[in-house]
Formats: sequence, C-alpha cells, structure tokens
Amino acid sequence: MQVTFKRHLLSRRMNKENKIIQNNKVGIVQAQVFTFDTLKLENGEKFGPVTLAYETYGTLNPEKTNAILIVHALSGDAHAAGAHEHEDNTGWWDAFIGPGKAMDTEKYFIICSNILGGCKGSTGPASINPKTSKPYALDFPLVTVNDIVNAQKRLIDHLGIEKLLAVVGGSMGGQQVLSWLVNYPHNLRSAVPIATTIKHSPQQIAFNEVGRQSIMADTHWKSGNYYDGPPPSKGLAVARMIGHITYMSDSSMADKFGRQKKGSAEPFKFTADFEVEGYLRYRGDNFVKRFDANSYLYITKAMDNFDASGGRRFEEVLRGTKVKVLVISFKSDWLYPAYQSKEIVKACKLAGVETTYCEIDSTYGHDAFLLEVEEESHLIKHFLKKVFYAYEVTGEYGA
Amino acid sequence: MARKNIQLDHRVISDLIESKSTVLDLGCGPGDLLYLLIKEKKIHGQGIEIDDQAIYKCVAKGLNVFHGDIDSGLAEFSDKSFDYVVLNQSMQQILHVDKVLTDALRVGKKVIAGFPNFAYYKSRLQMFFQGKAPVTEALPYQWYETPNLHFLSILDFKKYCRAKKINIQRRVCIGQNHKVLFLRNLFAQVGIFLISK
Repeated sequence: MQVTFKRHLLSRRMNKENKIIQNNKVGIVQAQVFTFDTLKLENGEKFGPVTLAYETYGTLNPEKTNAILIVHALSGDAHAAGAHEHEDNTGWWDAFIGPGKAMDTEKYFIICSNILGGCKGSTGPASINPKTSKPYALDFPLVTVNDIVNAQKRLIDHLGIEKLLAVVGGSMGGQQVLSWLVNYPHNLRSAVPIATTIKHSPQQIAFNEVGRQSIMADTHWKSGNYYDGPPPSKGLAVARMIGHITYMSDSSMADKFGRQKKGSAEPFKFTADFEVEGYLRYRGDNFVKRFDANSYLYITKAMDNFDASGGRRFEEVLRGTKVKVLVISFKSDWLYPAYQSKEIVKACKLAGVETTYCEIDSTYGHDAFLLEVEEESHLIKHFLKKVFYAYEVTGEYGA
Repeated sequence: MARKNIQLDHRVISDLIESKSTVLDLGCGPGDLLYLLIKEKKIHGQGIEIDDQAIYKCVAKGLNVFHGDIDSGLAEFSDKSFDYVVLNQSMQQILHVDKVLTDALRVGKKVIAGFPNFAYYKSRLQMFFQGKAPVTEALPYQWYETPNLHFLSILDFKKYCRAKKINIQRRVCIGQNHKVLFLRNLFAQVGIFLISK
C-alpha cells in the first residue's frame, strides 16, 4: 500500500515535470557546418576534406564546462531539437532537450552533429569527391565508429571545448558514447550510453546484413553508382522495414496494430491487408525520401565492426578512468537486450568506475530510448545535475 | 535533518563506519542510508537495488546505484573492492543468504548486517500465547505478504558467525528508539553486526 502510494507520488511529480517540459521549446534552430582538411582514419588512410553538419542549443558558459554532446543513432541527424524555420518537424530528441527538460538548455550547451558517413549534411558516400567531381559512392572509405568519433572530437576542439560535461546517445549513439569513453576519457566528465552494446552480437549483425543485402539486391543499386539515376528505393525501404520490426516489441506491435485490417480493397492478392503491413510500407517509403542507401551500408557496417574493448577485456580498457557513467537499458528491447548493457556495467564495476545503471520497465522495445520520456528524462536530468555540480548530493526525494 | 529524527539503525550504522571509506549498500532501497553516510561520513558509496521506483529516488539524490538483484550483483566485484559492504534489512530477504554473506565478506573488508530479531519477546509471546506467526514493529508483515524468506534471531546469527569462523567486531542491538544492552536476544527488535573474515 505504502509502496503504491509512493509510486503514485513519484509518478505525479514526474507528470508535473513533464507538463513543464511540454510548454518549453527550443524554438527555431539553424544547421551549421564545420569543415576540416584531413582526418586520419583508423585504417591509416588520410581522408578529406571532411564536413560535419551540426546544431547547437543553449549557451556555452564562459568557463566552457556546460557542453553536452548528443550522438545520434543509425538514421538520425544533427537536428536533435527545435524546429527549422518554416518547418513543423521538431528534432528527433526534442522531448529531452529544451528549457527544463532532461538536457536543460538554460543550464547546458548542447551540440549534435551528423556523423561522418551520413547523408544529412556531413561528408558521406553521396558527397562530391573533389578529385573526381562526382559522388564518392563506393570510393568512400570504410569508416569506423572510432573514425566518426575522431571527427566529432575535431568539431569539439573547433568549438573551443576542452572537456565535455557529457556525451549522451542511444543505440549506435551509445556505441559512439563508448568510443568517446575509451578514446577520450580526459575530455569528458560523464558518459551516458543508452540501449547499446560493447560489440554487436551475431543476431545484430544478421539483421544488418539482411538490410544490406536488400539494398544491394535492388537493380537500381548498380554497385553504389546510382546517383545519376533512380536510387535503390525498394531495397532501402525493405531494409528500413526490417529495422522497424527490430525496433519494436511483440507487445508494442500488438498494442499499436492488433490484427486490425486496412479498409481499402485493392485488386491484388498480396496487398497490405493488415495495419502493420501498411505501417511498415509507409515507414519504408518515407525513409527513402530522406536517406541515402550507400550511407545505410556504410553505417551499419561501422556498427557491426565496432568493438569498444578493442579485443581486450573491457574493464582493463576502462581502468583508471574518472568519467562518471550512467547506463540505461529497456526491459522489452530485444535488439540491444539488457544483458549487453549489464556487460558494460560489469566492466565498470570491475574497473572501479563510478556508475549508475537502470533497466527501465518499458514495452516499446528498442524504440524506448526515443519514447520513454518520463523515466529516462528523470535519470538523465538528475545524473547530469550531479556531474555538473561535482558530486553534490541533494535531498529532493529525501525521506 | 536533525540527527535524532533519522532512523536509529541508520545512525548506528553511520557510527560504525569510518569517514571517507568506500561503502557498497546491498538492497539500498531509496538510498536514505547512503545519503546519510555521504553527508555525515563523506563516504564514497554505491548501491544495488532491485526496485526501479527506488532507483529513481536514489538517482534523484545523486547516488550511484545499480539496478539488479543482490544474489547475482555481488559476484561481479573483485576482492576487497569496498571498505564496507552493508546488508541492512535486506539479508533476510535474500534467497541464498549464506552465499551472499560469503561473497560480501570477500568483496568488502568488513560487512555490516542488520536484521529483525525473530526472538524478540513480543514475537515469542504472540507465538506462545496466541499461537500465531508474529507481527511486530520490526516484522510488520502478515505471513502471506512478507518479503522475508529467513527468520533468524540475534543468537542464530552469532552461532552462524562462530560456525563460519567469522569475526564479530561489534554488535549493536536496538529496540524501537534505544539501544538494548541487557538480554539482547529477548529485548532487541533489530541486531546490527559488524563482521569480518
């Protein structure tokens, strides 16, 4: 009884916080670009020039101690919060970024950049190769998650920030967080890897491989040289459909669609009868309008190849780090299951890293990291507060 | 908060712990004890807790906490990772309590175990005269809703330590609002032991 009551109180408090959250928006934001000459890739190759598209929210304080880097997932971009002028679409993590929100723009300076290899303003396979004046296509180097992070580090240097308050990201963003933690422990005070893994399991690689095969099986793909003709839309759409299935859970699909049938009767046997079929087709078709198929190939390959431990024991890699870590997983996430987050936590334990871990009770599957606003915001907000005020213990919910 | 308003068992545990030590609190709940230890003793604390709502409260207090069960959570720490491992009011709820205590004594240089005393005189009276499973201030649950898996007395724990060659460094027995210094196994509601291997 008492527990239920306390839960009720906490949930009421969270709802109250959320109401404030909904009224507070980042407002109109603008994309910016940063270009530098060469990036030394992990494979030794020198690549350039590199352009990174990025957005910032909030104000950098004079001491430059309040900067948070947000790192996006596979299909994300630099537009994490707010809206571009004359557009309604808010950024992909808008619920978490803004005045009074988990990443409070009145306290912190938030940076989000499109990754190297992406297709939303940063240099990727669809960018023009200055040597040939044509798109790189498959001449684009096989970049790694560490390369992506090394490029981000250049942007952070360019912004004059020596030490980030935090690096935060889910899924592939979480892989980048781990890469930051391993490669630049002296340049950050905290790391928040969400719904992610030290390295992909065979199951995760398998789903990515089906997506890649689907793109490459599309006759329009033409070994990547499709930029002067129709793109491999069918292949990319199917890849995205597979992705969406893995991002949801059995119960979130049942809740969302049931076995509801669509109304329209088309004169074809294999029409999209069920709501879920229509949804996947819609998602697939929409995705091809905004995403480059070659980027999908490169990025999924980078995810599969990533191993934060670099072949060593992860706790040995982490030993001695002063970075504070918050690890978050979600109960119904079967693409990046909680056991993978627990492996990160275990390594942190053994390495003596100051760590908090929470498995949020959610039915949304992997998508939860974008949707579980209440609990996730609560964790991130208080964790950042602690790090920012250097281990100040507050008694907000004190008995 | 004035010290007298803080739970007596928490005050007792705080008195047992040296300043600036490292503490692992197993089953830390909403983190009140860790919070007190950080404030009073400037300790470096870590909690383990199974209930997610309690985790949210710990995080709001700025504590480090792992979401997980005690049985499996402890095994992953290396030897002597902490100065103290605390099992306050959680030991009697753990399935494999012997294994956890052994592990706690491996992971911590010292262990503090606090538990309700089943041999408290009111429990005895209820058993003897009323013929019912006891319900007391320290054991407030009905038989069908209790989270407790083990029912032990202060004497039981002393015998356990002797059998396992565990050193009892300190023992504080408390009633509702006071320390019990006389006929402890009869008059104490809670026993708090500071032990080491």
